[in-house]
Amino acid sequence: MLKYIIKRILMLIPVLIGVSIIVFLIMRVFSPDPAPIVLGQHATQQTVEAWRQANGLNDPIYLQYFNYLKGALTGDLGTSYYTKTSVTKEIFTRFPATIELALVAIVLASLFGIIIGVISAVKKNSIFDNAGMLLALVGVSMPIFWLGILLIILFSGVLHWLPSNGRIDPLLQPIRVTGFYLVDSLITGNMDSFKDALRHIILPASALAMYSMAIITRMTRSSMLDTLQQDYIRTARAKGIDESRVIVRHALRNGLIPIITVIGLQLGSLLGGAVLTETVFSWPGIGAYTVACILKSDFPVVQGVVLLVATIFVLMNLLVDVIYGFLDPRIKYSKKEV
Amino acid sequence: MLLEVKNLSTEFKLKRGIVKAVDNISFTIDKGEILAIVGESGSGKSVTSLSIMGLLQKPGRIADGEILFKSQDLNKMSKKELKKIRGNNISMIFQEPMTSLNPVWRIKDQIMESIMTHMQISKKEALARTIEMLDTVGIPSAAQRANDFPHQMSGGMRQRVMTAMALACEPELLIADEPTTALDVTIQAQILELLYRMREKFNMAVLLITHDLGVVSEAADRVIVMYCGKIVEEADVRSLFERPLHPYTVGLLQSIPQIDDDSDERLYMIKGMVPNPLNMPSGCAFSDRCDHSMERCTKEIPELREMSGRKVRCFLYESESITCGGISATSPSVGAMEGGSAIK
Repeated sequence: MLKYIIKRILMLIPVLIGVSIIVFLIMRVFSPDPAPIVLGQHATQQTVEAWRQANGLNDPIYLQYFNYLKGALTGDLGTSYYTKTSVTKEIFTRFPATIELALVAIVLASLFGIIIGVISAVKKNSIFDNAGMLLALVGVSMPIFWLGILLIILFSGVLHWLPSNGRIDPLLQPIRVTGFYLVDSLITGNMDSFKDALRHIILPASALAMYSMAIITRMTRSSMLDTLQQDYIRTARAKGIDESRVIVRHALRNGLIPIITVIGLQLGSLLGGAVLTETVFSWPGIGAYTVACILKSDFPVVQGVVLLVATIFVLMNLLVDVIYGFLDPRIKYSKKEV
Repeated sequence: MLLEVKNLSTEFKLKRGIVKAVDNISFTIDKGEILAIVGESGSGKSVTSLSIMGLLQKPGRIADGEILFKSQDLNKMSKKELKKIRGNNISMIFQEPMTSLNPVWRIKDQIMESIMTHMQISKKEALARTIEMLDTVGIPSAAQRANDFPHQMSGGMRQRVMTAMALACEPELLIADEPTTALDVTIQAQILELLYRMREKFNMAVLLITHDLGVVSEAADRVIVMYCGKIVEEADVRSLFERPLHPYTVGLLQSIPQIDDDSDERLYMIKGMVPNPLNMPSGCAFSDRCDHSMERCTKEIPELREMSGRKVRCFLYESESITCGGISATSPSVGAMEGGSAIK
């Protein structure tokens, strides 16, 4: 197993090289020249040239890429054209917000998705099943920004229950330990901060969870419908054990593999930043920031974020594959299969 | 009397109509007795066993009748009461050893689950009992194999595990639904031998569901022959093989290949096909396939009549006494008897 994991991590190298080449080319071919954007439209031709020269944009493209790669290998992803801070630092300040939002959303989505999916499968064709599937249909079809706005109008505007934007009240910001406000406030014992951070994350996480939940619900339902038909479920029932135990410990346990797969993929894409949700809720995460950087042709930041997201996706897939091994004893990562 | 099934009818409501999978059948099983139910696919034998266990899945349902286990009607019991009996007093082994065990659980956990559900004992004791049961059913180095997952075992071994699981709580009745069908002949003999041994050891009754008359002749005390959801014949195993009464039973016995038969004749085959359950013949369900069919057979359904300790559902025996005539005196039955003994 360890050997398999190491092999898979080594496979990250070609993936990252490929991804970096693609993003490098796309940015340079399709994005407008950053110099006038950075320097403003009144900049003289000379200053523009000088800026381009200073940032290496006048070099041939393969040389630019080679220099970038050289830096990246030493952990230097360059500096943002605008803020002049290093890309790693930019990512480091914003990424925890994205991770926090993604994790809370995926936990909500998995919890409700699995519960609704299981009940829908067990009570197939009942009113509950139909309601659950309708909810799932709404979940996949409803634009997330619209759902976000509706949530803000209802819970923030009309009911005044929850705040509509930001991660936390700036006055309650906890001391940074991990960058996750929920964790930091708990570590430092600051319950007021914790409550406030929780109140802030509920709406964006719910909006973000809706789509994933819909997908997880449908996958759970179909996987459970399949496992509930299996012979070993009949055997379990014949043992005289509780039906709830049959459903959870026998059927769900066997039906988990496809469910874990979609959860892993959903989490992977949520970690890439939920642009629309972050924008609607003014969430200071990486998604909305990256889009802004793309529009401003901030090459180093975009490249850095894309590499990070690609790494996360590969690692997420690896994690899912490793979990398979624990879920199903028949799956063994022997040399042959790798 | 351990189990008494009275006028049991089980039906499946389908869009195209109602299928009566089991139609008004009655039988009894005594303590320590092995009763075989024989019939081809669709005869209702498996549905009978699932009805007794309360494991029918929708759209199937018990339409009528009583299933008395030690004088208590299982059909009227609450789910909770039934769960106490299932796996404890009555347990079941299934036809498909390859798929009947949960693939993600260790063997020992699956057996222990059954034990811990019904017996008030510690985990340690349950494990000891599990290993003891695996040993009893003939799994070598049981303590180690207990840690295996089902996919690490062969079909025969898995059926032994199923048997160990079913016997773990020393049931009074074991329902074995085609326990040997998916296994090759040597393993089949071993499993039957095992059932026999367990019967002796625990004085357990067995309801053996099978389509294999070889298995019946080897294991059963008494036999019920089912056709299209109805019992067509019931007799002790010796009488049935020596002198089958119902033309269907005769046909079944005749179609057993005989190992010492050197003639070039083709194997006997019952003509025609099992009727569509949604479109049954108006009279006797076997009438259109029967060599002895009379006009009356296509109009009326014969009653299951009791005669000298056995039962048969056929007009041929309506007026005559069992000792003379019918088709029992003709050669097929003699051949069948030899067929039966050839299997033994």
